Amino acid sequence: MDIDLILSMANATMRLATPLLLAALAGLYSERSGIFDIGLEGKMLASAFAAATVAAVTGNVWLGLFAGVIVSILTTMLQGFASITLKGNQMIAGVAVTMLAIGMTTFLGQTWFRQGGRTPQLSGDARFAPIELPFARELADVPVIGALYSDILSGHYILVYVAFLAVPVTAYVLYRTRFGLRLRAVGENPKAVDTAGISVTLQRYQAIFITGILAGLSGAYFSIAQGAGFGNEMTAGKGYVALAALIFSKWRPVPVMFTCLLFGFLDALQIRMQNVELPLVGQVPVQLVQALPYILTVVLLAGFIGKAVGPKAGGVPYVKER
Amino acid sequence: MSINKTLRKGLAALAGGVAVTTLMAGTALADPAIIYDLGGKFDKSFNEAAYNGAEAWAAETGGNYLDFELQNDAQREQALRRFASQGANPIVMAGFSWTAALEAVAPEFPETNFVVIDTVVDQPNVQSILFDEHTGSFLVGALAAMKSETGTVAFVGGMDVPLIHKFYCGYAQGAKHVDEGATVIENYTGTTPAAWNDPVTAGELTQAAIDNDADVIFAAAGGSGIGVLQTAADAGVYSIGVDSNQNYLHPGSVLTSMVKRVDTAVQTAFNEAGDDATFQPGLLMLGLAEDGVGFAVDENNESEISAEQMAELEALEEQIIAGEIEVHDYTTDGSCPV
Repeated sequence: MDIDLILSMANATMRLATPLLLAALAGLYSERSGIFDIGLEGKMLASAFAAATVAAVTGNVWLGLFAGVIVSILTTMLQGFASITLKGNQMIAGVAVTMLAIGMTTFLGQTWFRQGGRTPQLSGDARFAPIELPFARELADVPVIGALYSDILSGHYILVYVAFLAVPVTAYVLYRTRFGLRLRAVGENPKAVDTAGISVTLQRYQAIFITGILAGLSGAYFSIAQGAGFGNEMTAGKGYVALAALIFSKWRPVPVMFTCLLFGFLDALQIRMQNVELPLVGQVPVQLVQALPYILTVVLLAGFIGKAVGPKAGGVPYVKER
Repeated sequence: MSINKTLRKGLAALAGGVAVTTLMAGTALADPAIIYDLGGKFDKSFNEAAYNGAEAWAAETGGNYLDFELQNDAQREQALRRFASQGANPIVMAGFSWTAALEAVAPEFPETNFVVIDTVVDQPNVQSILFDEHTGSFLVGALAAMKSETGTVAFVGGMDVPLIHKFYCGYAQGAKHVDEGATVIENYTGTTPAAWNDPVTAGELTQAAIDNDADVIFAAAGGSGIGVLQTAADAGVYSIGVDSNQNYLHPGSVLTSMVKRVDTAVQTAFNEAGDDATFQPGLLMLGLAEDGVGFAVDENNESEISAEQMAELEALEEQIIAGEIEVHDYTTDGSCPV
């Protein structure tokens, strides 16, 4: 294990954990308010497509990001309307949104750009560039701290920093504000909240609004930061992995961050383990290496977290009176 | 039993659908057809080369052709049967995954001529076209080693299958031929067909290779290759495209492309395979001598390759054609000597 490899791994872990973290936090707001969100994948996909499309047409990455977030919010509201106002089945609404996103993105992409559902490649201002933090160059030679700061912390896309900042913010909002208390309350016991004269419906819409924003950032990260353009189903099931991370960390913001970092690390490890000779074992088959993150996820989820009990009112539409 | 029943129902529904489409489109008989592989028609690589060949044929002859993009593996036989019963002739398939589907369907339509690229199906009405990817990859591997300053070059393959190992093996032999001490990093984006369309993972693999000092990266990964070329361009190192000429994607960063003339193969097939007089069933090998594979030089990359390097590559090409250099083909014995 040389130092370069460790730095490269740490960087890749940050890059790969970011979309998971944003999506998992998005899910956290929704699920804590009592709306199971299996449609994260769909929102991310819709946002990735909208962001890449607008960035490609205008050449401005910020407009792209804005469009991604707006589309994600709209998608979330559609899902919310079905599961909050119409009191429909939340699982079905989530699956429907995802299927809609898979179909619509490919269809619109093909109609508009005629590149098989892809958007044109983005370059220059149409894409986020890595940010160098202040003094990164000057500090680079300082032992340990220098390497930590300028090689690992500096040089990421802005969304990476947003994702990690969102963790303490979420923790604060959830546990230290009136909004957070109410949000948790509608997820646990909406009747009590209603009795106190607070609108359960409004509270849940507010929660999923935040879900929409965060899922939008996560989706946009795929197409205008990490990648350069949209490709069919480019979120590649990351929305479901984020959901697993959320359950794994029992719906708590800080453990969510560590879980996402763990999943990001496993992904980064998988990439670097290909065709590497390990002591004693020899070369591990690629297939096994690539399955590693999933195997570990299953093992960890099944064996190590104990009982994961979600918000009590999760998945149940709130009905005032029968 | 029940599977059979469902299948029959499905086929009946399909036949109904076909009849309607035929009526509506009013397609003339014996239009040629092409079916692309997973990865999509516009992957800027293998399938797009096939598409370009079909388009070139249409532009040249003014004829119509049918085409179909697969969404998943299960559609292979359906698509084939549909085109065959619709009267398309010849039917061209691009991709190595067609073996099983074609072996099943070809005997059912003895009057239809099939052409399959990248795999071999031994039937009297099938022409199989194979390319010598290993020799073309050898040349770009040699160029990679000439351009590399770190002595480390990398390879990012798509799905982990023998055909892609063939690219890798030729590439590694070429690199070691020029620089015996060269390190060649080998990676694959995945083990399922989704690996052909996963630019994000391919980009991460590329980044990992760059972090390990690689400064020329060869992408043999279909649509995923876009992620490789993008990451290499972002990092300011060289990449090498595949199948289609991809030099234009990032001029100055894409060193060259290992072109596989799938387009010419499709165009020739459309011209000749429809007529039994010119159709040649059996195996057709296209190599350096037939211009079936090679490296692309155009206005986007000519400044990156010096006259000496060009001369050296041409000398290597001649030696391979003359048999003085033997490039090992991975698919013959499933192993790579380097």
